[in-house]
Amino acid sequence: MHKLASLLFAIGLAALLIGLAAQLPLGMTPMVVGQAILEQAPGETGSANIVTSVVLAYRGIDTLGELAILFAAATVAGLVLAPSIHAESRLRAKPRHDAGLVLRAGSDLLFPLLLSVGFYIVLHGHLTPGGGFQGGVVLAAAFFVSFLARPARQPSHVGIVLIEALAGASFIGIGLAALLGGGAFLQPVLDKGTLGQLVSAGSLPLLYLAVGLKVGAELSGLLAHLAE
Amino acid sequence: MTAWIALVLVGLMLGAAVLVLYLDNLVAAIAAASVVSLLLSLLFALLAAPDVALTEAAVGAGLSGAVLALGLRRLGLIDLGKREYPDA
Repeated sequence: MHKLASLLFAIGLAALLIGLAAQLPLGMTPMVVGQAILEQAPGETGSANIVTSVVLAYRGIDTLGELAILFAAATVAGLVLAPSIHAESRLRAKPRHDAGLVLRAGSDLLFPLLLSVGFYIVLHGHLTPGGGFQGGVVLAAAFFVSFLARPARQPSHVGIVLIEALAGASFIGIGLAALLGGGAFLQPVLDKGTLGQLVSAGSLPLLYLAVGLKVGAELSGLLAHLAE
Repeated sequence: MTAWIALVLVGLMLGAAVLVLYLDNLVAAIAAASVVSLLLSLLFALLAAPDVALTEAAVGAGLSGAVLALGLRRLGLIDLGKREYPDA
């Protein structure tokens, strides 16, 4: 009975989707918005990477929503997988050893490399592929590797939460600054500069820096929380 | 040429994805799932989507494996913390 109901549901859903798909003019997408963005984005936002101009300038509120979703997901994952009070007291009592030589040496080698790669990806988000989300994940990986090597020397929770909160607040603050300046919320402000320069594209690099710090702090906090 | 590279990548991805289902060792299954993401990021790079490839490599191949492993350990399904050399 249960299987029959599932089968009927699947058939009904398939019929619905096929019916919808049959009406679509496949292969004849007009692509009006995409074409317009490709033509106008470098001039309008000053960002050499068109993906960044879409993510932060044309669809800035979507990015804010994405940050909110990531925040909710990280919070819930930390809540669901949090150690019980019982396990916590047991962990506190047990002294935490450093990892073996290979992991420690590897982490000493990787940490500065990952840190500079992460900040490079974040700060060059408006010039080359990448940006706050990707660079933030690399930053989180850097801190997680060093945490794995030396569990006793973990970064302070207060510091992580502070960085995350300040980064999230400054993202919204830049959006509100655009609003106060007479534009729309999250509209790019500041001087656009020369296309392709590191300091260009107005407020987009600042927004990506905020995104990168927020994502990095959030994910390294989650990983450290899970690893405890 | 590009089509052949893509075919090889897709074949390897399918193999790794089937391995995820059939491996008994959960750590190995997580590693196989990361391999799927890594090959997918190569495929994205091949399709001239470097932004997506970067995200897939960082999140799919790197972070999600760590989160899966830590989650499984927290649920008591695997023991990552087993120390072979306690005094090293």
